[in-house]
Amino acid sequence: MANPQNSATMSRSGKDAAQTNSMAIIAPVAGWFLPGLGHFIQRRWIRGFLLMASVFVMFFVGLGMQGKVYSFNTGDLLDILGFIGDLGSGLLYFAARAMDWGIGNIHRAVADYGTKYIVVAGLLNIIAAVDAHHIAIGKKP
Amino acid sequence: MTFELSHFNAALVFALCASTVFGITQRNTARDMFKYGAYCFALFIGGVIVAAWVMWAIKH
Repeated sequence: MANPQNSATMSRSGKDAAQTNSMAIIAPVAGWFLPGLGHFIQRRWIRGFLLMASVFVMFFVGLGMQGKVYSFNTGDLLDILGFIGDLGSGLLYFAARAMDWGIGNIHRAVADYGTKYIVVAGLLNIIAAVDAHHIAIGKKP
Repeated sequence: MTFELSHFNAALVFALCASTVFGITQRNTARDMFKYGAYCFALFIGGVIVAAWVMWAIKH
């Protein structure tokens, strides 16, 4: 005869596994969409806040330096890579495109730094999203 | 709104943000995160200073 305690434990562990599986997908997607959100939904408040602050600061300082936000293109390889990097910022990228921010200014040397800031903000956010995935699968505390 | 950052200040902001993300994502405990973040920050800024002196030496 099946032990009811064992079956209850098995059903609980099955539920936990399903939750972990869904979190392994939700956390990185949420983290990509809004920087830090992947950590927030896993109750890593301080880490999430620091990641969010880092990505936001890099993105908006980049915009402040009149950096360029790349749009989808099939031209120069560096432009394509710039678009992929920018896309890593998730919602910030779509907001910048919608508000027509990040037109760029080729007359200012600092504007080129701004462009790099915006690309790196996206790349850092991708690293943060992967970290959220690692927390969800239990690879990291 | 536009920012007028000097090259060094731009490097400082970049190093601070990047090393924060590196520290949090590449280590497991809070203490190790802080230490690794500080290490990355020092390498970023040290690299900037060394590169600046190398460029100065090439020019002169």
